[in-house]
Amino acid sequence: MMFRLPVNRLDDLFAAVSAVNSLYLPVDGNDGRASYKKWVEGTKLSSKLNTVRSAKDFFFPQTTNLCDFNVKDKEIEVIDIRADSEDFVVFGVRACDARSFTILDKVFLADPIDSYYATKREHGTIVTLACTRPEENCFCNVFGIDMTSPEGDAACWLTDEYLYINANTGKGTAFIDSIKALLEECSDEDVKAQQTTVKEIAGKLPFAGVSTDYFKKNTLLDIFNSEKWEKLSESCLACGTCTFVCPTCQCYDIKDFNTGHGIKRYRTWDSCMYADFTKMAAANSRNTQMQRFRQRFMHKLVYFPDNNNGEFGCVGCGRCLSRCPISMNIIKVIKAFEEE
Amino acid sequence: MQEVKDRAKQLLADGTVNRVVGWKAGEFSYDITPAVFTSAEEIDKDFIYNDFCAPNLSKYLIKESRKEGKLLVFLKPCDTYSFNQLLKEHRILRENVYVIGVPCTGKVDIDTVRAMGFQGITGMESDGENVTVHTLYGDKTVLKADTLGDKCKTCKSKKHVVYDELIGEDGEVNTDGARFELVEKLEKMTADERFEFWRGELSKCIRCNACRNVCPACSCENCVFDNPASGIQQRAAVNSFEENMFHLIRSFHVAGRCTDCGECTRVCPQNIPLHLINRKYIKDINEFYGDFQAGEDTETRAPLNAYTFDDCEPGIVYSRGGNE
Amino acid sequence: MQVNGEFRPLIVAFCCNWCSYAGADLAGTNRLNYPADVKIIRVPCSCRVNPMFVLRAFQRGADGVILCGCHPGDCHYTSGNYFTRRRMTLLFSMLDFMGIERERTRVEWVSAAEGAKFAKTMNEFCEAVAKLGENKRLEDLRCKK
Repeated sequence: MMFRLPVNRLDDLFAAVSAVNSLYLPVDGNDGRASYKKWVEGTKLSSKLNTVRSAKDFFFPQTTNLCDFNVKDKEIEVIDIRADSEDFVVFGVRACDARSFTILDKVFLADPIDSYYATKREHGTIVTLACTRPEENCFCNVFGIDMTSPEGDAACWLTDEYLYINANTGKGTAFIDSIKALLEECSDEDVKAQQTTVKEIAGKLPFAGVSTDYFKKNTLLDIFNSEKWEKLSESCLACGTCTFVCPTCQCYDIKDFNTGHGIKRYRTWDSCMYADFTKMAAANSRNTQMQRFRQRFMHKLVYFPDNNNGEFGCVGCGRCLSRCPISMNIIKVIKAFEEE
Repeated sequence: MQEVKDRAKQLLADGTVNRVVGWKAGEFSYDITPAVFTSAEEIDKDFIYNDFCAPNLSKYLIKESRKEGKLLVFLKPCDTYSFNQLLKEHRILRENVYVIGVPCTGKVDIDTVRAMGFQGITGMESDGENVTVHTLYGDKTVLKADTLGDKCKTCKSKKHVVYDELIGEDGEVNTDGARFELVEKLEKMTADERFEFWRGELSKCIRCNACRNVCPACSCENCVFDNPASGIQQRAAVNSFEENMFHLIRSFHVAGRCTDCGECTRVCPQNIPLHLINRKYIKDINEFYGDFQAGEDTETRAPLNAYTFDDCEPGIVYSRGGNE
Repeated sequence: MQVNGEFRPLIVAFCCNWCSYAGADLAGTNRLNYPADVKIIRVPCSCRVNPMFVLRAFQRGADGVILCGCHPGDCHYTSGNYFTRRRMTLLFSMLDFMGIERERTRVEWVSAAEGAKFAKTMNEFCEAVAKLGENKRLEDLRCKK
């Protein structure tokens, strides 16, 4: 069922949500780039298409403290530091990022369940926002994502006059119920009209016609052993930008920090672009940057689909395209293979 | 542009070099990737040199110059400083490199253009004066001077300090000191304001290491931040201390060696003005120990590898303003 | 650090083995008072102090860091302290640039004969840091007890 709220009452909506739960939404920084911030009185929703960092931060943050150790002589005491999480709402998630949670779920919620991630997923409500002005780097439609009807617990559409909202899940219905006083029921005509217009733009995007067939038709080993990787990876700087801004990159490393009076065990994002990625006591399984570069794209385009009924590990958000220091990215990789 | 291409093909054809390090065209006119070209066909197809070729190719030569045969590299004026600095540190084998200096009038920065409000940029053309921006939602022409990246807005030099051959005219070193304006502005702030400014900027850091990996001065085989034995090996900054520490230590490691090529700021995905930290060191070195430009030549000792008997005392820091 | 309800700063002093450490020793044998807040770390030469040491001291809870070495020209290794002088000038200038209170860092040249100067320097430095209070700008919360 579709509900709506006049645009000039957006602040009332945010205030009503914030009164109960923490509300996070994309906000413009002073350099004009958007990032997720907690809503406080006066916070304005960003008009940018997307945030520099993805929404995965809410469920799989850059660093998570896992547990503490107290070491006394030969005794080691393990301290569980998992605290009760509070409920929170993330507003303004785009369709691509919304799909990334499905992909992350397949990793973290598969047996054995990652309790740190699961807790955050349980407590978070995702309210998505349909795109109206896609950018040149958008290619979510390549992976079957419809930017005009995003997933998530509840989906929103913003027009000049109204914010339309519709629940996708039980959590979404509960969310709408909690703010029902502000909403009015309505037809979905305006939303349908907007969807038609945006779909037309989406069809004309530079990467709308990119095909991923090559990765479906060819065997893992053929792609793995391709000579193209050498050339594609030659100028890679081995920084982790692509992996850190990526909504679906989920590799992490677990480390111990010596505080001087105890040990804190924490995990942090890892990047397959780094020389010591999955380095083991005996050796390193990937010794050259070509191998590490290949790992990233093989994971997204081959390994992940092979293990997940053909679903690719990329959502086409375009962050790696706009942020890579040397402009090497997944589109260039896909196109290089498709050329054959 | 055509001249650059032709010269590359000539040198390949007459056997002077067996490969060319240059810039490769991307999906759009502005997403340039550094690349190695080995044939005239490849050069015809993909080689590009225009107002969008910002990447500094010097650092690639550490690896490339150790491969077989001589290579050709195109360097913009500011890249030649990095090249010299790497030569001084014995990181590049000079005999394996043929350097052609190419002119530069400043590079258009896609993020600057985006910050001007353009969305969905599918292409850009520059005639040296104006830049025409093509977007999904219409075209518009703007002044090129407004689209320059931070590193080009306050260009330090248009003079090539090292080359075997030059295409176009050589320019002059810029001595107007404009590149220190922002540093001076920060120095004049109170300590509290400076702290707020840097917390705001550095808290955005995601520790992707792009600044480190692109930096021609950061050429250690194994970085201290990647070394488990250093005790400061990190993946990501856990808190504000580590954010500060990473940038303090990294900038200190390159102090006196940083040529101010500005790549760190250009590649930062979070738009942190990292060049300001390096410029502060350059400014301090100039003030305390006399003017010094890293990469200007290959002989002068780096300021932190040298001393004089009458250097200023550390107390000089406490006698300056900006402490309200 | 709070001691009996009163703030006492934690000061880390890097002292060169040949001059300043001996100077501290002399201060002790001469029964000159300086605060117990000062924790001395002996280094072979002031030049041994890597900027990382200074940051690490702050990370582990120091409220102020002071470096003491031989007077310029008197270095046991001929030129170590000349390098220290440049290095620490730049580092402390950078910490100041980042907005870290400049009174939290200091370099002082103390010879083996200057026990009185050592005690005086430490008294002054402790007082200055105590005035600033706890180091909040370069602290690592994980290391707090």
